Amino acid sequence: MKKIINDPDTVVADALLGIEEAYPQLRVDHENKVVYRGDERRPGKVGLVSGGGSGHEPLHGGFVGLGMLDAACAGEVFTSPVPDQMIAATKLVDDGAGVLQIVKNYTGDVMNFEMAAEMAAAETGVEVVSVVTDDDVAVQDSTFTAGRRGVGVTVLLEKIVGAAAEEGRDLAAVAELARKVNGNGRSMGLALTSCTVPAAGKPTFEIGEDEMELGVGIHGEPGRERVPMASAKEMAQLLVEPVLADLPFGSGDGVIAFVNGLGGTPLLELYVLYHEVRSILDQHGIGVARSLVGNYITSLDMAGASVTLLKADDELVGLWDAPVSTPGLRWGA
Amino acid sequence: MSVPDVRSWIDRFAELVHAERDRLTELDAAVGDADHGSNLDRGMKAAAAAAGELGDAAPGELLKKVGMTLVSTVGGASGPLYGTLFLRMGASLGEATDVDGPAFAAALRAGLVGVAARGKAEVGDKTLLDALTPAVDELDAVLAEGASLSEALGRASTAADAGRDATEPLVARKGRASYLGERSAGHQDPGATSVALLVAAAAQTL
Repeated sequence: MKKIINDPDTVVADALLGIEEAYPQLRVDHENKVVYRGDERRPGKVGLVSGGGSGHEPLHGGFVGLGMLDAACAGEVFTSPVPDQMIAATKLVDDGAGVLQIVKNYTGDVMNFEMAAEMAAAETGVEVVSVVTDDDVAVQDSTFTAGRRGVGVTVLLEKIVGAAAEEGRDLAAVAELARKVNGNGRSMGLALTSCTVPAAGKPTFEIGEDEMELGVGIHGEPGRERVPMASAKEMAQLLVEPVLADLPFGSGDGVIAFVNGLGGTPLLELYVLYHEVRSILDQHGIGVARSLVGNYITSLDMAGASVTLLKADDELVGLWDAPVSTPGLRWGA
Repeated sequence: MSVPDVRSWIDRFAELVHAERDRLTELDAAVGDADHGSNLDRGMKAAAAAAGELGDAAPGELLKKVGMTLVSTVGGASGPLYGTLFLRMGASLGEATDVDGPAFAAALRAGLVGVAARGKAEVGDKTLLDALTPAVDELDAVLAEGASLSEALGRASTAADAGRDATEPLVARKGRASYLGERSAGHQDPGATSVALLVAAAAQTL
C-alpha cells in the first residue's frame, strides 16, 4: 500500500507539525500531542476536550476552534490517547467553568478518559464531566457487547455543544445538551474497501471486488454482514432504513442529515448517495432542516460512507447555525 | 517480601511479555486490533526501568510507580486495566516495608476489584478477569490452608493458566472482540494470556 509518509512510527507526530503550520490560529503541544485554540481565552467558558485514536481526520484536531472544541488529544493511529494527554489538555483549556470531555464509545477511550477525569480532578480541582457518544446502530445485542460505537454523531455533537459553550452555558447545561444530541442521533456505515494502518502496511480486512461490509466500524471493525455490491440507491436503503427504525424517526420529524465519507470515496459519489438518502427521507415525510456532506470522520483510506440522522428541534438547529471557525467546519464567523 | 522481590517480579513479567510479544499480538489480531504484545512490551520495559530508578522505596510505592508508568505508556484498554491493577495493589500495601503472604494476597484482591470496576466486566466475559479471578481465589484458598506464599503462587499460576485456556470457547462480551459476537469464540483471549504471565512471574520470583 502506497502512503505519503516518512516513517510509520512518526506519522502522528509528523502530521501534527503540518497541522500547526497550516493553521496559525491553532497551537500544538507536541509532547502531549494536544491541538488547542490559540485565540483569546474566555474566562468563565466551559472547556471542551475531545480526542481519540488518529486516522479519523479532520476529527478531532480539525474541529478545534471558535464554536467547537477547545482542545483535541491525538492518540496513535486507531489507539486511544493516554490520560497524561487529556490531563494536559484539561489544564490548557480550563477557564474556571469546568471541562466537558467528549468521548467516543470504545473500551480504551472510555477507560483512559475516565482515569484522566479522576486524575485531573485530584491534581487540579477542575470539575470534569464526560459524555460518551454511542450512535452506531450496526452494533446489535449492545447489552452483551462493549455497546454501540461512537461515530458520526460525534461531529454534529462537537459543533452543537461547541456553540452552546461559546454562548456561555454552564457545565451542567452543556453536558445535558451533549446527552440530548447523542440520544437523538443514529448512524450506520458501509465499507467498499478496507483501510490500511500505516504501521501494519497491509489492509485490515480482506473484501472482494463484488462485496461490501454493511455496518462497518471506523477502525475496520466487522459490521452486521457482508453483502453483494449494490447501487447508490440500494446502499442508501441499507443505511437509512435501520437508522430510521432505531430511534425511531417518523413522519413530521425534522433532522440534520449527514452523509460522511470514510476517506477513500470521492465527494462526487457522496453527493450521489446524499440525493438517494434525501429521496428516502422524503418518502417517509421526514424534513431535512440542515445537511452536511463530506469527509469528516474518516477511517484512513477506507472507501465507503456513513449516514447520520439527528432529530433536531429549533434549539439544535439554532446552535448548528451559530458561527464556527475550525479547519474542518467553517461558517458565519 | 521486600522491594528487591517486587522488583524481580516486575522484571520477570517484563521478560515474559517480551518473549511472548509476538504470540500476544497474534492472539489479538484474531479478535482485536493486533497490538496487545507490542503495547504491553513497550509499557513493561518502561515500567521495569521506572521501578529500577526508584531506589529503596516501599513495595507499595514501587507498584504505584509501575501502575502510573503503564497508564502513561500502554494506551488502548490494557493501559488503564494493568495500570489500575498495580495502582490498587500499591494503595493496598501502603507504606509497609515488609509484605507477608496475606498482605500480598489482599493487595492482589484489591487490584482485581479495581480492574473489574474499571472494565465493568465479570468472569465469563472473555477478558483478563477470567485468568486473574481464579488465580486470586486460589491464592487465598491455599494461603488459608497454611501454605507458604511461594507454594500458593505456584497453585495460583496453575489456576490462571486453566482460566486462560478456558477463554477459548467463550463469546466476548467486552472490548473490541465483543463486536465479533459469535465469531470471537474459538480464540484464546490475549488479556487473559498476558495476565497468566503476570501470575507465573510472581510464582517464579516471590
